[in-house]
Amino acid sequence: MNSLKPGLSWVRLSALVFGFAFLYVPILSLVVYSFNKSRLVTVWGGFSTEWYGKLFANEQILQAAWLSLRIAALNATCATILGTLAGFSLARFGRFRGRTLLVTLTTAPLVMPEVITGLSLLLLFVALEQAVGWPAGRGMTTITLAHITFTLSYVTVVVQSRLASLDVSLEEAAMDLGARPAKVFALITLPIIAPAVLSGWLLAFTISLDDLVITSFVAGPGASTLPMVIFSKVRLGVSPDINALATIMVALVSIGVLIAGIVMARRTNATQREMKQGDMQLAFPE
Amino acid sequence: MSGASPTLTALSRWIHALLLRCGLRGRTAVIGVPYLWLVLFFLAPFVIVLKISFSETQIAMPPYQPLVQWVGERLADIRLHINPGNYFYLWEDSLYLRAFLNSLKVATISTFFALLIAYPLAYAIARAKPAARTILLMMVVLPFWTSLLLRVYAWIGILKNNGLINNLLIWLGVIDQPIVMLQTNFAVYLGIVYSYLPFMIMPLYANLEKMDLTLLEAAADLGCRPFRAFVHITVPLSRPGIRAGCMLVFIPAVGEYVIPALLGPPDSLMIGKVLWTEFFNNRDWPVASAVAIALLLILVAPIVYLQRAQARDATGAS
Repeated sequence: MNSLKPGLSWVRLSALVFGFAFLYVPILSLVVYSFNKSRLVTVWGGFSTEWYGKLFANEQILQAAWLSLRIAALNATCATILGTLAGFSLARFGRFRGRTLLVTLTTAPLVMPEVITGLSLLLLFVALEQAVGWPAGRGMTTITLAHITFTLSYVTVVVQSRLASLDVSLEEAAMDLGARPAKVFALITLPIIAPAVLSGWLLAFTISLDDLVITSFVAGPGASTLPMVIFSKVRLGVSPDINALATIMVALVSIGVLIAGIVMARRTNATQREMKQGDMQLAFPE
Repeated sequence: MSGASPTLTALSRWIHALLLRCGLRGRTAVIGVPYLWLVLFFLAPFVIVLKISFSETQIAMPPYQPLVQWVGERLADIRLHINPGNYFYLWEDSLYLRAFLNSLKVATISTFFALLIAYPLAYAIARAKPAARTILLMMVVLPFWTSLLLRVYAWIGILKNNGLINNLLIWLGVIDQPIVMLQTNFAVYLGIVYSYLPFMIMPLYANLEKMDLTLLEAAADLGCRPFRAFVHITVPLSRPGIRAGCMLVFIPAVGEYVIPALLGPPDSLMIGKVLWTEFFNNRDWPVASAVAIALLLILVAPIVYLQRAQARDATGAS
C-alpha cells in the first residue's frame, strides 16, 4: 500500500509523528515533573520522589480515591449488565416496538453536554425524594445511579457492535437443537462476546472514576470523589502531588492496556492459525 | 434445574406461566430492564427540567416554587405558577445570548482544528501495514483511558507564563518576555482539540480504512497526481466519517465546562460555565433549568443529524 506513491509516505510519517507528539507530550510532561524536586512544578530542581510520599500522606485524597474506586466498581458492574442487555436487544431482536427510542436513549448520553445530564439527574433525585422519600439525601447512591445512566451507553455501543459483527449461525444452530434462549445466551453468546463485555466494564469503570461535572451536581455535601478533590486543588494552580497521582494513573492504565493488547493479539493469532489450518485442510484434504 | 426439588421446579414453572400470562416473555424483560432504566433516569429528568424552568425561585430547599399549588379544600382550588419569565430573562440579559454565541463559536473553531489534526493522522494509520494499525490505534485510544481532568491539567503546566513552552522559548532566545497563553481563548481551543481528538480520529479511521484503494490506483494510472486524487477522491468518499467525527466533537464541546474553567480566561462566556455558575453560585435552579432547555434546543438539530448520519452509515454498510 505504501507503494502507491513514495512521496506520500514521508507526509504520512510526519503526520504520525506530529499527531502522537501532540497526544503524548502533555502526559509525559506530567510524568517527568512528578519526579521534580522543586515545588515550582515546571522548573527542574533535581530528581526526587518526595511528592509520592506527600500524596500517600494526604488523607483527603486517599479517602476520595477509595470512594471513587467503590463507586466505579459498583457502577461498572451494574452498567455492564444493563448495557449488555440493551446491546443484545438492539443487535439480535430485529425491529421491535420502541427500538428507535431505545437507540436514541442509548446514544444521546454519549454526546449530551455533561452540565445538562448532571442538572437533570439532580432535579430528578430532588423530585423523587419529595415524592417518595427515596433516595434520601445525596451521596454515594445518587452518584452511582447517575454514573450507571450515562456509562451504560458506552457498554451498549461496545457490545452491540461486537454482536453485529458476529455470525448468528452458531446461536441459531443451538436453538435448532432445542436449547432455550437463555441457555444459548449463557453458553454460546456470552463466552464469545466476553472480551467486549470486559472492555465495556473497564470503560464504564474508568469513565466513572474520571467524571467531574455530573458527579458535582448529584453529590451531596458529604461525598467528595477523587475528581472533585483534584479539581478544587488544580483550580488554585499546579501542585506536584497531583502530578504524582497522574503518573500512578497513567502507569496503571498503560499496564492494563498493554496486557489487554497482548491477550488480544494472542487470541487473534490463535484464530488466524486455526483458520489457516482449516484452509489447509480444505485445500489438501487428507 | 435437574437437581432441584420438585417443589422448586413447580414454582419456577408457575412463575414462568404467570409471566407469560402478563405478556412478559424473557425477551420483553431483556429489552424492558435497560429501557425502563433509561426512561426513568434519562428521559424523565428532562420533563422535570422543563417543569422547573417555568417555576419561580424561592429561598427554600428545593429553591423553586411548585407549578401547581392547592390553596383550598377542593381539588379544583389550585393556583398555577407558570412563569415563562426565566426565558424572557435569558433573552433580555445579553450575557446569556453572548454566552450561547461564544460557545457555538468556540465549538466550531475547535471542531475545525480537530479535523485538521485528526485527518492526516487517521489517514496515515489507515494506510499503515495491518500489524502496525492495531498498535497505532491502541496508541490513539490510550490517552482516552487516562483521566481527562489530569490531561487538561497537564496543559496548565505547559502553557503558563513560567511553563514548558515559555521556558523553552526563552532559553532558546526566541523571546525574552513570556507569551501569555494560559487563560486565553487559544488555550480553550487547544484543550478541546486535545481532549476530543480520539472522538474525531476513530470515525475517520473506520471510514478511511474501508475505502476502495483501486479507485486511487485507477486515478494514478490515468495520470492523476496523488494530491489531486486525495482532494477529489479520498476526501469526498470519507464524508460520512468527517460528519460523524465533527458532530462527536462539536456537540459536547458546546456545553463544555471543565476545559474553559481550567484553561480559559476567568470571565470567559461559555454556556456550560454560565449554567454551572447559576446553579452552584447563584443557586438559581429555575434559570439554570431554562439555560439547559435552551442549550438542548440548540443541540437537537446536530444530535438528530448525527443519528441520521449513523443510521444511514449502518444501513449502507450492511
